[in-house]
Amino acid sequence: MSYPENFKYTKEHEWVSLDGDHGTIGITDHAQEELGDIVFVDLPKVGTAVTKGQTFGSVESVKAVSDIYSPVTGEVSAINELLQKSPEKLNEDPHGDAWLIQVKLASTSELNDLMSAADYQKYIGAE
Amino acid sequence: MLDAIGLKSEEDLIAYLPSDVRFDKRLAIDDGKSEYEIVDYFRARSAETAVGYASFLGAGVYNHYRPVVVETVVSRGEFLTAYTPYQPEISQGTLTSIFEFQTMVCQLTGMEVANASMYDGSSAVPEAAMMAVRITRRDKVLVARTVHPEYRQVLQTYTQHQGIPLEEIGYDKKGRLDLDDLRKKLNEDVAAIIVQTPNFFGLLEQLGEMKRLVAAKGALLVVVFTEAAALGIIEPPRDADVVVGELQSFAISPSYGGPYVGIIATLEKYIRQIPGRLVGETTDAAGHRAFCLTLATREQHIRREKATSNICTNQALLALMATVFMTLYGKEGLRELAVQNLSKAHYLAGKLPLRFDAPFFNEFVITANGRSPEEINSKLLEQKIIGGLPLGRFYPELTNCMLLCATEMNKRSDMDAVASAFKN
Repeated sequence: MSYPENFKYTKEHEWVSLDGDHGTIGITDHAQEELGDIVFVDLPKVGTAVTKGQTFGSVESVKAVSDIYSPVTGEVSAINELLQKSPEKLNEDPHGDAWLIQVKLASTSELNDLMSAADYQKYIGAE
Repeated sequence: MLDAIGLKSEEDLIAYLPSDVRFDKRLAIDDGKSEYEIVDYFRARSAETAVGYASFLGAGVYNHYRPVVVETVVSRGEFLTAYTPYQPEISQGTLTSIFEFQTMVCQLTGMEVANASMYDGSSAVPEAAMMAVRITRRDKVLVARTVHPEYRQVLQTYTQHQGIPLEEIGYDKKGRLDLDDLRKKLNEDVAAIIVQTPNFFGLLEQLGEMKRLVAAKGALLVVVFTEAAALGIIEPPRDADVVVGELQSFAISPSYGGPYVGIIATLEKYIRQIPGRLVGETTDAAGHRAFCLTLATREQHIRREKATSNICTNQALLALMATVFMTLYGKEGLRELAVQNLSKAHYLAGKLPLRFDAPFFNEFVITANGRSPEEINSKLLEQKIIGGLPLGRFYPELTNCMLLCATEMNKRSDMDAVASAFKN
């Protein structure tokens, strides 16, 4: 799977894409592969405040539960209902349909210290 | 061997024991007896002091009949020596019996999902409190003073180190949770209210009204039971969000304090917050029905400090005793058992001065007028009858009161003897 050029990536294997002052957050293909078959996704309620670097939910697979860290600060404006019913979609389309949450950003400048697609691929190549 | 570990004498091995817990006298038995003679000596002594007593003591541990076949089933090697069923391919027997247990607990409590058992009723209470704290994301817990005092102490032991403030709700003049006190103390900081039914005084609590109050504030209702036999006749606590309790009444010997077996059961929507082991039903590769441990990612051996609890096992053998008991008795048998308990207790209570005027199951509080409960118990002991629990120890305002319990095991003649002891 390719890593979209317009996304920004974190060391904890989340991605974020920007649309005006709204960010969409998900986990990377590398993350879903490491986790294995995903059985449950625990997301916050709409309206919850998220803070860069802090956990906002978790992704549960058959072998582990992994916390998801927010790459940005803001307020949750939407959560992906698809994952409540079909968590396995996260294995199938982690960069597209299986986004996790959308956030109204406090500031878009937080994205500046995140990795580009090329840097992220180098990072996981080195892991 | 002492040299190898750097000690001088056998006495050094126990040097760490404080002197006030050491038995420094000589055993009251003559020297020079053979092993056979010593065993015989103790057998004779115990026949004098521990056999042939009638008991009217309840207060969290109950004297019920243990059908013989319970022992027959649990002493089978396959059950007695089995380990935790981590490998489903070699543990279908164990897993099936635990699944049956979980199913029966749900039927008994009116809940949708139950785990494979807790260590005991008392430790299940803080687990329910912590569940409520996680679910509601609030940190305060209210607990009724009519919940078993030792259960409340265990709750305190856990919550004091978890940043969960506890507040007690008093009881009204009928001996039940004071709804006005609850209304005053309930607010949006409260994660749960913990109430026991039948409560420590043996009285049935009014769960419906409590549920209305609690739900209106977005808090959870946790219902506790110490006397499982009551569930044979009272309505299952369907108003609860979490039910916890003790199954010692179901073929678990009192054993001087344990081991016992607790339960925790809840609604399906909270399944990921429940602590402990869960057995699930599934199909194997050949399409046959099979069982396995499931949702293990909540547990501490995987999630570590983020686990729902640090509980890491269950009380499999005792849960099996309770399962055999529930299977043997069935719905009708449990009802019959409950009716017998109800009848006996009400027969006895009818002859005594009751402290609280409210419906009760097999326990009730009486007022000892004139003499102290301790004095009455001494007189009863002379007749080989163990009386009830003097309440002053846990409720200073009820120092002249005693908690009595009558079960299917109590004879009419003994009950009449108890009634007489109160009259004289």
